[in-house]
Amino acid sequence: MRYFIPVALFAVLVVLLALGIHQAPRKDLVPSPLIGKPAPSFSLPSLSDPSAQVTTAALRGHWYLFNVWGTWCVSCHIEEPELLAIARTGRVPLIGLDWKDSRRQAIAYLQAKGNPYQQIAFDPGGLEAIHWGVYGAPETFLVNPQGIIVYKYIGPITPRAWVRDFLPRLPAAHAVSGS
Amino acid sequence: MIPELGQFALILALLLAGLQALFGIAGPALRRDRWTAAVVPAVAGQFVMVATAMGCLVSSFINNDFSVRYVAENSNSALPLFYRIAGVWGAHSGSLLLWIFLLGCWTVATAFGTLRLPRDFAARVLGVLGAVSFGFLLYTVVTSNPFVRLDPPWADGMGLNPLLQDPGLAVHPPLLYTGYVGLSVAFAFAGAALLEGRLDREWARWTRPWTTAAWAFLTCGIALGSWWAYYTLGWGGFWFWDPVENASFMPWLMATALIHSLAVTEKRGLFKSWTLLLAVLGFSLSLVGTFLVRSGVLISVHSFVASPGRGEFLLGFLGIMIGAALALYAWRAPKMQSEAGFELTARESFLLFNNILLVTACGTVFAGEMAPIISNAFGLGKLSVGPPYFNPTFLISMLPLLALLPFGIHARWKRGGLGGRGRLLLVTLAAAALIGCAVAFGVFTGAGVLSPVGMTLGAWIILASLIDPIDRLRRRIAIPRAVLGMTIAHIGLGIFVFSLTSVQAFTAEQDVALRSGMMARDGGYAFQFQGIKSLYGPDYSGEQAKIIVTRGGRPVTVMYPQKRNYWVQHMAITHSAIFINRGSNILVALGQDLGDGRWSFRLQVRPLVLYIWIAALIMASGGLIALTDRRYRIAETAADEAAAALAGGEAR
Repeated sequence: MRYFIPVALFAVLVVLLALGIHQAPRKDLVPSPLIGKPAPSFSLPSLSDPSAQVTTAALRGHWYLFNVWGTWCVSCHIEEPELLAIARTGRVPLIGLDWKDSRRQAIAYLQAKGNPYQQIAFDPGGLEAIHWGVYGAPETFLVNPQGIIVYKYIGPITPRAWVRDFLPRLPAAHAVSGS
Repeated sequence: MIPELGQFALILALLLAGLQALFGIAGPALRRDRWTAAVVPAVAGQFVMVATAMGCLVSSFINNDFSVRYVAENSNSALPLFYRIAGVWGAHSGSLLLWIFLLGCWTVATAFGTLRLPRDFAARVLGVLGAVSFGFLLYTVVTSNPFVRLDPPWADGMGLNPLLQDPGLAVHPPLLYTGYVGLSVAFAFAGAALLEGRLDREWARWTRPWTTAAWAFLTCGIALGSWWAYYTLGWGGFWFWDPVENASFMPWLMATALIHSLAVTEKRGLFKSWTLLLAVLGFSLSLVGTFLVRSGVLISVHSFVASPGRGEFLLGFLGIMIGAALALYAWRAPKMQSEAGFELTARESFLLFNNILLVTACGTVFAGEMAPIISNAFGLGKLSVGPPYFNPTFLISMLPLLALLPFGIHARWKRGGLGGRGRLLLVTLAAAALIGCAVAFGVFTGAGVLSPVGMTLGAWIILASLIDPIDRLRRRIAIPRAVLGMTIAHIGLGIFVFSLTSVQAFTAEQDVALRSGMMARDGGYAFQFQGIKSLYGPDYSGEQAKIIVTRGGRPVTVMYPQKRNYWVQHMAITHSAIFINRGSNILVALGQDLGDGRWSFRLQVRPLVLYIWIAALIMASGGLIALTDRRYRIAETAADEAAAALAGGEAR
C-alpha cells in the first residue's frame, strides 16, 4: 500500500496548484492599483505654449485618454499611427503627457508625424508620471467624466487592443459626441 | 518565409515526437517489431525538425525581423549581435524552444548510448523521452508559438530586458536547462524499467552516467546563475532562496540523492524501488519548477510574463506525465523488492542516511516554496517565505549530512565497520578542528558558534576524502575514475562548506554617503571616492564613479561602479564593480545621487566568496570524471554482460 503514497500526494499537489492558478496574481488583468481610483490631479505647462497650463480640473465632465509618451520611446513611434486613427474617430479626446523629453524635439516630432492630441502636458522631470504609476512609455489611461481611471493599457495600442479593450468601456457613440 | 518554415518544422517535430512515444512504448508492449524498429528514425527526424525550428528563430533574431512578435518584443536593432542571439531564450516562448532543443540533443545522445542495450528496453527509454518531447512541443505550438507574425510589422523592437543584457544570459540558461532536461533521461530509464516491470543491477549501471552528467550540468548552471546574480543584481547576494532558484535547487538535491542511491543499487542490488522513485521525482521536480516559473503562480525576479491558459496546460501535462509514472510505480514497484540485508554501520546505511537527509532538505525547500501558493489558494492572505525560514531549516538536515560524510566514504559495504580507518578519521577530525578554530578565531575576528563548526566540517570532509586516494597512491594501486570523481566532488563540497561559512560569518558591509575626495573604511580596506562621470552605451546612458581602494596605505585597485539607464525599457540597472584580492571579494555598488555632490555607495568585503563558485565547479568536474569510468563504457565491454544478465533475469 505504501507504494501508493507518492501518487496520492502528487494528486493533492496538482489540486493545490490548480487552485493556485486561479488565485494567481494576474499581472496582465490588473495592471495598476490606480484603476477605479481618481486620476491624479495636476497642472502642468502645455508643450506647445509654455505659458498655458493643462489641468485635470478642466478635463472634468469628459471621457479622455491619457497617453504617456516621449520622442525617445521607440514603441511610441510604433503607436503613433494608431493614435492618429483613434483621434480621427472622434470617440474620445487624447490628452498627452510628454515625458522626460525636450520641447524642441517633441514639437518637431509632432509636426513631422501629425498630432493626435487635443492637449499635451509637458513633464520634462518625469515627476507627474510617477503620480500615475508609469514605469515605461507608452502607457495609456482611460478616464471617465467623474475623473476616475477606468482602464490602463501598457505598451503601444494596437488596432485590436482599441477594439477589444477600449471601445467596450466607452459609452455608446452618440453619448460622447455631445461633449 | 523563414518564420513559417520554423512553424512548419515545429508541427512536424510534434507529430514525430508523438510517433516516437507511440512506437517506443506500444511497440515492445504489443510485440510489434516494426514499430520498435521505427523509434530511432523518429528520434532522428524529430531532432532535425526541432533544430530547424531553432535555427529559424535564431535567424529571425539575427536579421531583426520585427514582423515576428516574439522578436519584436524581445529584441531591438540597437542590440549587439551577441545579445540578439542570446535573446532568443530571453523570454518565455524562445526559452521553451531552447528547452525542447536540448531535450532533442539528450534524446539523440541517449539513442546512441542505448544502441547496444536490449532493443525493447532502449525503445521504451526513447518512447518515454518522446512522450516528454510531445508534451512540450504541444505546449509550445498551442500556447506559446514563437513564430506568430505581427501585422503590420513594427519599425523596431522593444528591446531585451536590460537585466538579461549580460554574457551570463548566453551561458546560464543553456547550462541550467541542459541539467534540468538531462534528468529526463534518468526519468526515461526509470519509466522503461517500470514498463518492463523488471529492474536489476545492470539497469543502475546504465542509468548512472546519464544521471551524473545531468547533475554536473545542473551544478554548473546553478553556480553560474548565482555568480550572475552576484554581480548583476548589484547588492552582493549570491543566493536569495528565490522561488525560481529553489525550482532549480530542488531537482539538484534529488539528483544528488539519486546518484548516491544508484550507487547502492548498482553495487548491491538494494534500494531498487527507492531509486526508481527518486529518478521519477528528480525530473518531476524539474517539471513542477517549470510550471511554477511559467504559470504566474509565484512572483519572482525570474517570472516570465504569464498569460492565462499557459498555466492550465502545463499543469495538465505534468499531471498526466508524472501521475502516470507514479501510478505505474505504485503498480510495479512492489515486485521489485530487494532481498539482501546489511549491518547498521555498513556503507549502505550511510547512503540511506544521505538519501533521507537530502530528501528531507528538498522537502523543506518544497514546503517553503508551496506555502505562499497554499495560503493564497485558501484565502489566508499573502505570505512571503524568505531566508529566515530557509536558512535554519535547511541547515538542520545539512549539518548531519556533512558530519556523516567522512564515515560514509570509509564504511565497508554489507558487513560494516570502518576497515581500520577509525583512528585516521579521528586524527583528521582533530586536524580539521584545529584549522577551523584557527581560521574562525585567529584570521578573522568576531566568530559566532556556527562558524568554527562549519569550517571544521568543511576541512574534515576535505581531509577525510584524501585518506583513501593517498593510501592507494602509497600502495601503488590505480585509482578508478569513479573513485577519483567521487573524491574530487567531495573535496569540492568541503571547500564549498568552508568558504560559505567564512562568507556568512565574516562579511563586512556598509552603506555610506560620500562626496568627491572623501574616504570610507570597510573590512580592512579604505575606499576613496574620486568623482563621477557620465556614461554612454549603445542603448543606455548612465553614471560611473571612480573609487581608489587601498589597504594599509598601499594601493590595491581602482574600481568603477556604474549605474545605467536603459532608455528603451526605462529601467535603471546597477553594475557593481568587483575586485578579487586574495580570494576575498571587494564589491562597490553605486547608489543614489543624494544632491550637492554626494552619492550613496554600498561597500562590501566578502572573504573567500570566490571559492563558493570554484567549489561548485570542482564538484561538477568530479561528476564528469566519474562518468568516464571504464565500467560505463557499455559500447565496448558490457554488451555481452548485459545480454547475459538479461537472459538470467528472464529465466527467473
